[in-house]
Amino acid sequence: MSAKTHLTAAILAGSLATAIGLIALDAPAQPADKEKCYGVSLAGKNDCAAGPGTTCAGTSKVDYQGNAWTLVPKGTCVTMKTPKGTGSLQPIKG
Amino acid sequence: MQSAFATALLEPELPPPAGLVAPADPTQRFNVYRNNVVFGLVRALASGFPATEQIVGAAFFAAMARAYVLAEPPRSPVLLQYGETLPDFIAGFAPAASLPYLADVARLEALRSRVHHAADADAVSPSILARLDPTGLQQMRCRLHPACALLRSSHPVATIWAMNSGAMPLQEIADWTPEDALVLRAGQGLTQRVEIRRLPPGGGAFLGAAQEGLPLGEAAAIAFTETTDFDLAAALAALFTDGLITAIQTA
Amino acid sequence: MLPIATGTGFKPEHFAALRESPRSIGFIEVHAENYLGDGGLPHAMLADLRRDHALSLHGVGLSIGGEGALDAGHLRRLRALCDRYEPQSFSEHLAWSSHGGVYLNDLLPLPYTEATLKRVRDHVGQTQDVLGRRILLENPATYVSFGASTIPETEFLAEIAARCGCGLLLDVNNVYVACRNRGEDPADYLRRFPHQHVGEIHLAGHDATTDGHGAPLWIDHHGAPVADPVWALYDEALRLCGAVATLIEWDNDLPAWPVLAAEAAKAQAVLDGLRQAA
Repeated sequence: MSAKTHLTAAILAGSLATAIGLIALDAPAQPADKEKCYGVSLAGKNDCAAGPGTTCAGTSKVDYQGNAWTLVPKGTCVTMKTPKGTGSLQPIKG
Repeated sequence: MQSAFATALLEPELPPPAGLVAPADPTQRFNVYRNNVVFGLVRALASGFPATEQIVGAAFFAAMARAYVLAEPPRSPVLLQYGETLPDFIAGFAPAASLPYLADVARLEALRSRVHHAADADAVSPSILARLDPTGLQQMRCRLHPACALLRSSHPVATIWAMNSGAMPLQEIADWTPEDALVLRAGQGLTQRVEIRRLPPGGGAFLGAAQEGLPLGEAAAIAFTETTDFDLAAALAALFTDGLITAIQTA
Repeated sequence: MLPIATGTGFKPEHFAALRESPRSIGFIEVHAENYLGDGGLPHAMLADLRRDHALSLHGVGLSIGGEGALDAGHLRRLRALCDRYEPQSFSEHLAWSSHGGVYLNDLLPLPYTEATLKRVRDHVGQTQDVLGRRILLENPATYVSFGASTIPETEFLAEIAARCGCGLLLDVNNVYVACRNRGEDPADYLRRFPHQHVGEIHLAGHDATTDGHGAPLWIDHHGAPVADPVWALYDEALRLCGAVATLIEWDNDLPAWPVLAAEAAKAQAVLDGLRQAA
């Protein structure tokens, strides 16, 4: 039996009636947007300013297969509990 | 000249191009440009992937983003969507392999940027539902708003995102189940904002099918096949009240 | 033409403050590339501000000093942006930023020779043709020069302006940073600058620091108040150029609006003083 046979026109029509009811209930909530609260715009990414001097970002070599320099994880992966335990990132060589 | 300059910028192992003049060491001076290019792009990525950065920490993110910048520098002078391929890069980035959900969090954030800058379009008014012929619903197709996107994840991606963007306190995720996330623009004009929502059961299957242009009857059948918990009425109502539909086509 | 007044770069963080006091500054400037998305909040904000602010579009990605051809698609997008917002000014840089299809996201230096002069002239001409307007070309902040250069930067810019009919954007902070990095006198550069073509002045903060070997180095970072020696150069620039629209650029470590507005007011006081003296 295919899934399509479950879905009769009656089911769809009934859902439409319910949906119309849900929309009617929702309607009064709309004008709340009138408050003087502007949206949050993501920062533009194109810039004409320089970065901070000669930090090592552009000058050091990264070989992420290596492990000469251990980067201690400081992100929330360390505290966030998942089925595999907390996250532990692999070292990145700087 | 510019070819050697450009190559050396992205290859820290190479000496600077010949012919540079400065009252100080030209290599030190050239390194300012190297730093500007890489740091500027890493900073651009950090601004677009704040939850991803939060999860791994700023130092790890910077090292990972730097590897990405050197492997896949931008191909366009417009950086608004730079990093669209970062999620795939993360998926293959060995040092982050222990966080299998990280690539999907990045996917969600890439969609957030895309939705933020997507085209404006007028949505169909929810009142149209009351005027529809119920018997035609089965064959009705919807065009979805350009500013909405769906991510179907095998991880609880919306919950992880919420906990790492300040929308939810960081806590144990006891129920590690797949989640479908909807990225949309709520509100209008100056008050519009990009929102990320976790969809109810079957919601992702339904929306994905509708987005592909399948008739609503088929989309609903697909969602019911995935889960009998699918609430078709609520999904229909949400499509219209969230302004996700810009046009409908009845057979 | 921009109004003869001081403006600031617009950042979304300052939108509410600007909207509440729209007459607080003379004009706003945005980086054109940040408004080349299709829609959404960035355009909603810019369109709203545009209703009561003069606008300067400042391009950072055209790569006018590039060896390759200009990106025709990018030029068309810039034209569409100009058509949409009708800015009082469009400006770009004497620099390159793209090569071989890769966008390097920095304003990179070029040698000044007869060959590069011709190339930049062609690119400025093409830009003005596609945009259908006169543009302003900005002097760059640089950290190296080229042994191959045969033309001083001021002469190079004078020649471009004379031959293309474009105006110049005099970035006084860039003058200071580049001259100090070259071991030259910024005041001398300013005297030799072709003043008659200046349509806008930029002011910004820089970092006086040292390189990895401890040698002095000046970085154009736009992340601090305008430095005292740059204010002094600004006085001199206005004396030479006359009153010119002036912009405070602040892109990194963005301050609260009142701090930026105060910086603009400081420049406005210098402008007003010049006009009273005239």
